[in-house]
Amino acid sequence: MATPNFEVPKFQDHAVLDIPKVKHGAMSHMKSFVAGQATQEYLGYPWELGEDWKERAIERMGEVLKKYRSVRVFLDACVHCGACTDKCHYYLGTADPKNMPVARQELMRKVYRRYFTFGGKYFPWLVGAEDLTQEVLEDWYNYYHQCSECRRCSVFCPYGIDTAEITMAGREILNYVGMGQKYSNEILAKVQKIGNNLGLPGPALEDTLAGLEEDIEADIGVPVKLPLDVKGAEILLVTPSADFFSEPHVESLIGYAKVFHAAGASWTLSSHASEAGNFGLFNGNYQTMRNIAMRIRDAALELGVKRIIVGECGHAWRVAYSYWNTLTGIGYGGDDPYAKMLQKQLDPRYPQPMHICEYTWDLIQQGVLKFDKSKNDHRIITFHDSCNVARASRMGNEPGGQFTIPRNIIRAVANNFYDMDAATIGESTYCCGGGGGLLTDDLMEVRVKGALPRMNAFNSVVQANGVNFLALICAICKAQFTKVFPYYGFDMSMVGGVHQLVSTAIELD
Amino acid sequence: MSALTVFYTGLFYIATLILVGGVAYRIYEYSRTPAPLKIPTTPAPINSTGVVLRMAREVVFFESLFKSNKWIWVFGWMFHFGLLLVLLRHIRYFQEPVWFWVEFIQPFGKYASFMMVAGLAGLWARRFLVDRVRYISTPSDHLMLALLIGIAISGMLVTFVVHADIVALKAFMRGLMYFDWQPVPSDPVLLVHLALVALLMIVFPVSKLLHAPGIFFSPSRNQVDNPREHRHIAPWAAALEKDRA
Repeated sequence: MATPNFEVPKFQDHAVLDIPKVKHGAMSHMKSFVAGQATQEYLGYPWELGEDWKERAIERMGEVLKKYRSVRVFLDACVHCGACTDKCHYYLGTADPKNMPVARQELMRKVYRRYFTFGGKYFPWLVGAEDLTQEVLEDWYNYYHQCSECRRCSVFCPYGIDTAEITMAGREILNYVGMGQKYSNEILAKVQKIGNNLGLPGPALEDTLAGLEEDIEADIGVPVKLPLDVKGAEILLVTPSADFFSEPHVESLIGYAKVFHAAGASWTLSSHASEAGNFGLFNGNYQTMRNIAMRIRDAALELGVKRIIVGECGHAWRVAYSYWNTLTGIGYGGDDPYAKMLQKQLDPRYPQPMHICEYTWDLIQQGVLKFDKSKNDHRIITFHDSCNVARASRMGNEPGGQFTIPRNIIRAVANNFYDMDAATIGESTYCCGGGGGLLTDDLMEVRVKGALPRMNAFNSVVQANGVNFLALICAICKAQFTKVFPYYGFDMSMVGGVHQLVSTAIELD
Repeated sequence: MSALTVFYTGLFYIATLILVGGVAYRIYEYSRTPAPLKIPTTPAPINSTGVVLRMAREVVFFESLFKSNKWIWVFGWMFHFGLLLVLLRHIRYFQEPVWFWVEFIQPFGKYASFMMVAGLAGLWARRFLVDRVRYISTPSDHLMLALLIGIAISGMLVTFVVHADIVALKAFMRGLMYFDWQPVPSDPVLLVHLALVALLMIVFPVSKLLHAPGIFFSPSRNQVDNPREHRHIAPWAAALEKDRA
């Protein structure tokens, strides 16, 4: 870890942070790298501001307002009550008032008012309306890339205003005028060209999986397989590509493989759909998000699978659970020929898609899996609810299954489990600080400071219960925490997946 | 008919037209704008009965606000519930005979105005005292509170201090309803009260008061959590599929 050129925030001796006093402009210097020509052109966007950028921005805003009820209603409904002002982890960690959810929305709302409402057109000074200037656009760029679209504010807003929807619209407009973000947009290009966010070609993936099979067999003496592109397999596993190469992600991949092995399941990965993540979500472009999701539909049709299961990844699970049916017809209830074509192939006894935790928990309940829980006894575990799983999806048949099922699995495979403070988990969970397209080194200051509320609550269970393992089910959270832990004095090996715990304890014949 | 009566008669017709027409137009706009994706804030109800209950808890008890901030909740709820009682009490100025339950709530409605003003004062104080709320407050936020407090105080003065000719007021209001125009009572405080109410009606459809219809259209609150069982697709999104089927 390089010496940071900013001050790492200090822990407080209580789990829930005090609300900081407003510090104007505290993060106004924070500008993520802008995407270059090749990337922007590949995505169909300009790569610099043209003469008519302002007209284009207003035009795009008008289109978004017609297409998205969320943006339309959310821009009108806010009363500036202040309920959300202390709910964003980036505000709590930076004290920059533009990181308060309402103020982040206001960056767009003041422009919306100026060009689209009666009050803003005729009395701009009265209602806080402002012209769209280059300065405002810069603010948009900086602060719409200091939002991880985690939806925590939407839980607490009396009208359910979700700043994520505004951030997404803001990024789409920024892209449309030529100000894309380098990190997210390069990933969007890679996944569409190659099939995954890391840009791993098929042969590299094949080698990696073969190597992992050897490692597992050398380790436990059981030939656990990681099949790729097997036509006629029953289950297609779609997982974030980080699971193939990154630590600790790969430990969870091994965990999934062991679960499939123990269940005797016929399963496969796909080189065409080797990415569960979908950064199209972050940028608010429906078409891009659909193009990326379509690779999974195509792979499912080509391989002829009956079930689709998704690995540990927060935003991927949001897109899979909430959007795949809409975008690609992976799910039920569609009566159009497009949706039916896939439905008649899928096994109607199971929800489609299914989360790997739902799958594992079902098997545990059926008594199919055997564990030696004592193998996890060196770990004292807590669980971090990832934002997109917690507030934008579900597992199981009951609301809140996304909270109980992963914890049930942990309790089934390990003896030592403690939850963090109730105000920082479940629907009130704090983002890891690196979600929503912020997982890039040029935003390290935002990431470290934004992680403070989560780190502080984690520190409380470390102090009180001796916790030494943060379990979670999100590839971005895993990558973010391994990077941010050292700033707060923790070891990065304290971070890992729920299926890493499963992998440790599972007994295979 | 005096110039004053002509003015107030015209004012209330215009204000009513703007309020009803404006809000109806907003509702029409919101309802025809599609929500292309499933975005309920989860955990969310998994059937429509659950959604009705969730919305009812939001509208009646301000559930999310309660989770969020107890001060805003208590002031906001005092104001809104006080306003509701006060409004219900005012039904008596529009009907003859007066419904039993309107008679019944009359005393509650009168004193609810104190609760309403206390709530508004609390909300206004936060705009000065809490640095985060001060940062986000615009002139219109302050003016809206001033307007509401002005309406409340002028109404309370008429009710409790400088009693106005309520019989004449009722005749004026019913005259508006039946197009049989009657003179507006000339008590100055009552005239101020009426003018401020008309102003509130006029600004309603172009202001943040749109949170009232808006909440019912908020996708994060009004959607059912069932994306795996039901295919949700907006017309503009379905059009993208023509090439793929």
